[in-house]
Amino acid sequence: MKRLLFILPLLIFAIGAAFLYWGLNPERDPAAIPSVLIDEPAPQFELPPIEASATPGLSTADLANGQITVVNIFASWCLPCRAEHPLLVDLAEQRDVRLVGINYKDKPEDALAWLEELGNPYEAIGADENGRAGIEWGISGVPETFILDREGTIRYRHVGPIHAVELDDVILPILERLQ
Amino acid sequence: MIPELGHFALILALVIALVQGTLPLFGAARGRVEWMEVAKPAAFLQCAATVIAFAALTWSYVVSDFTVLNVVQNSHSAKPMLYKVTGVWGNHEGSLLLWVLILTIFGAAVAAFGRNLPPSLKARVLGVQAWVAIGFFSFTLLTSNPFERVWPPPLDGNDLNPLLQDPGLAFHPPLLYLGYVGFSMAFSFAIAALLEGRVDPAWARWVRPWTLAAWIFLTGGIALGSWWAYYELGWGGWWFWDPVENVSFMPWLLGTALLHSAIVVEKRDALKIWTILLAILTFSLSLLGTFVVRSGVLTSVHAFAVDPERGLYILLLLTIAVGGSLALFAWRAPSLKAGGLFAPVSREGGLVLNNLLLATATVTVLLGTFYPLFVEAFTGGRISVGPPYFNATFLPIMLPLVAVMAVGPLLAWKRADLAGVLGRLKFVALFAVLAGLATWYLQNGGPALAALAMALAVWLFLATLWELAERLRLFSAPLGDSWKRARGLPRAAYGMSLAHAGLAVAMAGMIGSSAWKQEEVRLVQPGDVVALGGYEFRFEGARQVRGPNYLSDTAPLTLLRDGREVGTLYPERRFYPVQQMHTTQAAIRTNGLYDLYAVIGDPQPGGGWVLRIYLEPLVPWIWFGAGFMALGGLVSLSDRRLRVGAPRRARPAVTQPVPAE
Amino acid sequence: MRVLLAVLLLSFALPLAAQEPRLEDPALEARARDLQREIRCVVCQNESIDSSQAGIARDLRELVRERLAAGDSDEEVREFLVERYGDYVLFRPPMRSDTWVLWFGPAIVLLIGAAGIALAVARRRKQGATAPDVLKPEEDARLARLLAEEAGGKERRS
Repeated sequence: MKRLLFILPLLIFAIGAAFLYWGLNPERDPAAIPSVLIDEPAPQFELPPIEASATPGLSTADLANGQITVVNIFASWCLPCRAEHPLLVDLAEQRDVRLVGINYKDKPEDALAWLEELGNPYEAIGADENGRAGIEWGISGVPETFILDREGTIRYRHVGPIHAVELDDVILPILERLQ
Repeated sequence: MIPELGHFALILALVIALVQGTLPLFGAARGRVEWMEVAKPAAFLQCAATVIAFAALTWSYVVSDFTVLNVVQNSHSAKPMLYKVTGVWGNHEGSLLLWVLILTIFGAAVAAFGRNLPPSLKARVLGVQAWVAIGFFSFTLLTSNPFERVWPPPLDGNDLNPLLQDPGLAFHPPLLYLGYVGFSMAFSFAIAALLEGRVDPAWARWVRPWTLAAWIFLTGGIALGSWWAYYELGWGGWWFWDPVENVSFMPWLLGTALLHSAIVVEKRDALKIWTILLAILTFSLSLLGTFVVRSGVLTSVHAFAVDPERGLYILLLLTIAVGGSLALFAWRAPSLKAGGLFAPVSREGGLVLNNLLLATATVTVLLGTFYPLFVEAFTGGRISVGPPYFNATFLPIMLPLVAVMAVGPLLAWKRADLAGVLGRLKFVALFAVLAGLATWYLQNGGPALAALAMALAVWLFLATLWELAERLRLFSAPLGDSWKRARGLPRAAYGMSLAHAGLAVAMAGMIGSSAWKQEEVRLVQPGDVVALGGYEFRFEGARQVRGPNYLSDTAPLTLLRDGREVGTLYPERRFYPVQQMHTTQAAIRTNGLYDLYAVIGDPQPGGGWVLRIYLEPLVPWIWFGAGFMALGGLVSLSDRRLRVGAPRRARPAVTQPVPAE
Repeated sequence: MRVLLAVLLLSFALPLAAQEPRLEDPALEARARDLQREIRCVVCQNESIDSSQAGIARDLRELVRERLAAGDSDEEVREFLVERYGDYVLFRPPMRSDTWVLWFGPAIVLLIGAAGIALAVARRRKQGATAPDVLKPEEDARLARLLAEEAGGKERRS
């Protein structure tokens, strides 16, 4: 019995060390926050179109209309958004995916100029000038991209710009699975 | 050339450590004196080699040798010389070199001053120390070599992070490491005792000074880090329960427990097994701290170099050192002879309670710091454990500890008369209650906890003074008699009183700045006046000033009281072009009782500046208190009796039994 | 990933227009400040939205005030944020079955420690059937006097 007591510190340490080892897993990102909206219906929001834009605005109702939707939250002042934009353009045109956007905390002139320059693949864009819609989606930065299924339930969230590798390995398979 | 020399010296040090880690330990096991005697010169050589390595790196920084990769990554020719030197340890590789330097210096110190140690114990201690050194030398050489070269050398370096170009933060790592590494000596002594199979009085006399030295440095290091956060980060806060802060705090808490239980081992030959466990665990926490800071397992504002591969190596080190020592403990500790007896209500009992509370506090901080990791491992979810948790769980443990601390030193060894002691403290208690009530009244609706905590701080402070007064027979004997006693009182007694009183002062400071801080945030234009705490701050407009390697927006604030000008504050906002970073330099004006703290924020697009002003009551007392604690430790350390190696026979009692301290 | 985070942070670090959100009612403002200190900034490394400079932190500060002004209780504001960001956003961990160990751990450790000490003391007392050789203060004094007498006696004799 006494022996057991003396082994206890070693046992506790062993368990602790196992956790630390797990914590070192290179796949793990200690700073990333998983979304709590996965498998939840899309949040409630209603956004007007960007001022003086032909593209319609976006609201929750638009997301549950029987189509698979990719929601991309972007801004003209965001450099990574610029980097991923060509992939989104490609996605919308060639893969026939319904892409909609939320323009986060942007000035209308800047956003329009940006879209003019880089192309506008979005079927609809909601202008979130004060950032509230972004908070509803639980974003911590831009860009962030969400994939919704036909019923408007969020199935996947991607933080940061989408790279070609991620597009092929993660996003497209998910889209296929949801078909 | 010089970097190569440093590199070679480092490798040499590793080789010497390998020798020092094997021959003396075998020698002690077999009784071969020649092998045991290898330890002392090996320790000196190891230290010399490491000094050469460290000097070589420092030299490279001083002359801005940009063929050394480490210098390129962390230095710049325009950097002020002070920061060129302190930048040596302002990065992962260099700080590791500092770690091992301090480790080898401590080892050499034990070799030099350890004449009174039994040879086998000394050989074992130095042998174990060598193994710790081997772990860190190999880690440095294999994964974090500061002497790596780059060719062709770039024109200039990447500069040191501006936040580190600051006197407080420059000296924070050395003090911390002196603390962490100091505890490695207690660790080595504990392992050596387990290997010897016995804990005798010499061991106890040896562990105390080294633990005390480590504790003093760690106290200073933590206080310096906290003070730096206070004046640099711009929010007047000094503790955030950030993981990196917590991992420095845990060895301090457990180290304090170790310090006190070592007293019981020395005076009463009791609590030996527990003290050995504490010595192992305290250093383990130091190693854990190294791991957390450098591996990136937990997110933190201060995380150092974040590299999972290096983290793996440190984890391996941790597993061998801690796992190995705890396995040794499980195997050998049960056969150690249990020590002396004492009644539950006694000085020893009080120290046991001290240990219980400090150990629980340590577990609490450990739990809070690592719980998010556990949750993530089990459920994948993320939770945050921040100040609200620690305030709810840590404070209820520390407040009773403070209450007990006041009474402890008055208790007699072996068996004490608690009722009598409490009776003697009744006036102190009365004052404490009055202080609490006064606080409650004066704070005008502030938190009740603040009043309670202040009462406890006063209780501790006055009880500490009272104990000293009683010892000097201040109120019962003629003054001349008291003076004679004062001259004869061992320094350790003064040290203890100073340290305990220091904690009370620091505590008052913490209460003041947490509970009664005042703040004003305004958008100001030149000429605007902001009022706070009876003062007025007039913004005179911002102007640009050029520094050695930065550009500063300085905003003079004229300080007025009752309409009269009493001074000027110069908060700054600096931009370091090389690292493209902004830092804020708060302007702090202190009168010892409270701080006035002013910060300017970003310039606003419409003109004007955001100005933040704080009034922080009692905040300087935190640093004064910490200073007194460290000073108390130093005074205690200078006590001659602590440095006598061999135990002396106790003299028979003379007239009246005087409680030994 | 780290580079990404840095860039994300940069993309939020634009100086956004003017004034800090602030409520007229001092009691509500105080509640807002207290809440702010407990809410974690989702883009920073371990800062509260009270002290963070990030844009989203400022948005959240505004949001907190909006909801308080609309009559939400503190708990409702917290729930609002947890619904969108998860438990991560609160510095005070929730009290749930998976956090019992966290919240009750310290008290349990204290009790176990105290119990352990009590057991050790009890066992010692049983083992040391002979009472510990502790003299009460008066006995100590008597012994001292006797020794002194002895010594004095020896001196006189010599």
